[in-house]
Amino acid sequence: MSAPLIETRGLSKSFGAVVAADNLTVAIAAGETVGVIGANGAGKTTFVNMVSGYLKPDEGVVLFRGADITRMPPRAVTRLGIRRSFQVAQLFPNLSVRDNVFVALACAEHGRPRPTAVLRTPERRAQADAILARFGIAAFADRPPTQLPQGQRKLLDIVLAMVGQAAVLLLDEPTSGISAEEKFPLMDLVMEAVGAEGATALFVEHDMEVVERYAARVIAFYEGRVIADGLPAAVLADADVRRYVVGAELHRRADATRA
Amino acid sequence: MQKIYAILVDGTVYFSWLFIVSMGLTLTYGVMKILNIAHGSFYALGAYAAASAVGAWFAGNLPAAGSFVLLVLAGIVVGGGAGLIVERGLLRPMYGRDEIVLVLVTYAAFLVIEDLIKLVWGVDPYFAYQPYNLLGRTSIGGIDFAVYDLGLFALAVVIGVATWWALERTRSGKMLRAVIHDREIATAMGIDVARVFTATFVIGATLGALGGAITAPAISVVPGIGVDVIVLAFAVSVIGGLGSVAGAAVGALVVGLARACAVHFLPEVELFVIYGVMAVVLAVRPQGLFGRLAARKI
Amino acid sequence: MRTVPALACVLAALLVAGPLMPSWLVFLLTVAIAKGLVVLGLVVMMRAGLVSFGQGLYYGLGAYAAGLAANRLGVGDAIALVAIGGSVSALLGYLLGFMMARYREIFFAMLSLALSMILYGTLVRSAALGSTDGFNLPPPSFLGFAFDAQDGRILVYALTVVVAIGTAMALHRFVSSPAGVIGQAIQANEIRVEYLGASVAGVLHLTYVVGAAAAGVGGALIAIAAGHIDPDLAYWTTSGEFVFVAVLSGTGHVAAPLLGMAVFEAIRSFAFQYSPYTWQMAVGLSMLAVILFLPAGLWSLFTRRRRPGSAG
Repeated sequence: MSAPLIETRGLSKSFGAVVAADNLTVAIAAGETVGVIGANGAGKTTFVNMVSGYLKPDEGVVLFRGADITRMPPRAVTRLGIRRSFQVAQLFPNLSVRDNVFVALACAEHGRPRPTAVLRTPERRAQADAILARFGIAAFADRPPTQLPQGQRKLLDIVLAMVGQAAVLLLDEPTSGISAEEKFPLMDLVMEAVGAEGATALFVEHDMEVVERYAARVIAFYEGRVIADGLPAAVLADADVRRYVVGAELHRRADATRA
Repeated sequence: MQKIYAILVDGTVYFSWLFIVSMGLTLTYGVMKILNIAHGSFYALGAYAAASAVGAWFAGNLPAAGSFVLLVLAGIVVGGGAGLIVERGLLRPMYGRDEIVLVLVTYAAFLVIEDLIKLVWGVDPYFAYQPYNLLGRTSIGGIDFAVYDLGLFALAVVIGVATWWALERTRSGKMLRAVIHDREIATAMGIDVARVFTATFVIGATLGALGGAITAPAISVVPGIGVDVIVLAFAVSVIGGLGSVAGAAVGALVVGLARACAVHFLPEVELFVIYGVMAVVLAVRPQGLFGRLAARKI
Repeated sequence: MRTVPALACVLAALLVAGPLMPSWLVFLLTVAIAKGLVVLGLVVMMRAGLVSFGQGLYYGLGAYAAGLAANRLGVGDAIALVAIGGSVSALLGYLLGFMMARYREIFFAMLSLALSMILYGTLVRSAALGSTDGFNLPPPSFLGFAFDAQDGRILVYALTVVVAIGTAMALHRFVSSPAGVIGQAIQANEIRVEYLGASVAGVLHLTYVVGAAAAGVGGALIAIAAGHIDPDLAYWTTSGEFVFVAVLSGTGHVAAPLLGMAVFEAIRSFAFQYSPYTWQMAVGLSMLAVILFLPAGLWSLFTRRRRPGSAG
């Protein structure tokens, strides 16, 4: 088996008395598409935050292509090609949607942005418009992101993460807050782009249908530990997973369809 | 040894003044998240009102002891009235706006009040030294001090304790602290934040005017006395942590002692020692000695 | 009309009109435009979220640097003095920027205020620098030539106008550059910018230096124009004035701060002339009027349509 592209070894993190991560050892190979599931508070977002450099673990390491990136700040981690989206879409509400993409393009080009060149060149504009068109949000190009419907806002958040060469894409609840009919179209777009770039994807999800459909491998979290890791069908059938994760999901989905 | 006494007493006097003058500002900021630049004008209004009142009092040959009460009353009345007018008339209509716009509104109020003072009282200095001289002088450790200045300390303690008691032990005080802590949740809990705002601003203005009123006997009351006060009070509040009354006390103590040391050892730095302390505190602990840092976002 | 050609036209118009204007107007405009330059730098900083309540630090420093160069080092040339003022302030801005770029919002504002008051206190206490009285500058020369008082005044005016509008053009470029737009993004969502791979501290540091340099140049120009400097240049009310004109001018256009400052100076001068005891009130009331009726700032008088996210 080839060396993992990105892996964690013994990653642990506590917030006071709360153990958010407990000895997490996870290895992900290049090109994999991994779904991460777990109830709220199981440590999924903490995991993503540690891998992407936002949080420093109390113990353990994060390795990318064999190199230790544990202490790296988010900017350095991003420049290595590990990019992430957010549970709540992190956009720039004071700029137009196209300008949001311009910013992402500029950041991808230079870690230390230039003060004398012009940002909105015709070439970059063509690039930005192509990106927006590809993901179906070209109509909103001149509007502020606050005018986007929720689905498009999350999509834009992911699009910004994908501008530039992403080696690893970490998606934190990409379909949360989006209506059922919109989930699959959004994931179709994202996963198609991921495949086209040959990137490795890890997405945190609560919706089991999304997980089943798009993940080739599923990791289940519970109270900061990994309790199952493998093919989707196997993990979702696992007894512990049913008790601690899916069970909760079934109740939530039942409530959601009722509401 | 004498120098130590001198520094301690000087520092205590200066602490008392700074504390009284800063408390209103830090409270207003804590509750309303507005830096009230007009605080200096309230101070000036208090000083002028007190000077006029005391002048009239003694011109009327009324009992000297009453002048102390008069000082306090003048400050409270003028501060309360002006505070109410500014809050209701100027700030309230602007509450939805960006915080910096609100600061500018208070700056505009400051400019307007500065000139109103000139129109009402003219530009010549006022003196109200009678209460100051009445209490005479005393000697501590061989250093000669005015009893009035020492009385300031007593007043600062009284005001500090009263404020602490009001914030900790009364229902209104707890509501105020709730608003300081989280305005949105406080509203969700049913607290009438608009009323809390008005009350806070008026209290802050009153404290500022009180500071001016009790200072009037010790200075010559001229236009512009409020200008320095604003930035001093602000520095003290920042050092202690904006919104914290305990912080204002500690900040005033630190600055008072630092300035006293400067005056006695290195007079060249006297003027900016307070800003130096402020810069150091900001660099090392930006939320101030008693302040809280904002929580993480993602 | 595109911004740069428009600014060039304004520059030409101001230069041509200069010799035709009465002396008091020339002086008023010189002061207004020099201070407007400081506000321009501040507005650029504010777009990145850096609201400085202490531009007086660099304004005063630039003025004193120019003054000392003129008096102690014998530098007579106006352009050299302006370059010195700007460079000294830019250098201090670069050094302090390492610390300042780590602070945000009110902490940044307070720290900048504290630093400017430290300079003020130092200047007031410095007998060698004239203490509260400050000191005077001799009339400057231009490219080796000395001029009489009236011509000199026009030349200072011309220099001020050229420098200010030139800077406005450069800053127009800056705000539409990657650094400028990312600065705006930082103001809205700093964490996201880090997660897009750009250095937030780097952009803020650069923006801070730009603001410092602009203030230093403005200070040097004021020193030359007024022929006098004193510590009030670094006092908090001076810095407050810059903030206030910045907010009231609005961020709609790079020329807005220059216009805003001109309006402010005009109000101040006329108010002071007609009623020395109420000029502050007049200014305060004007401020309130603008805040109330022109929430997008003074510049919105000229724009009818506001597009979201459009750069200045």
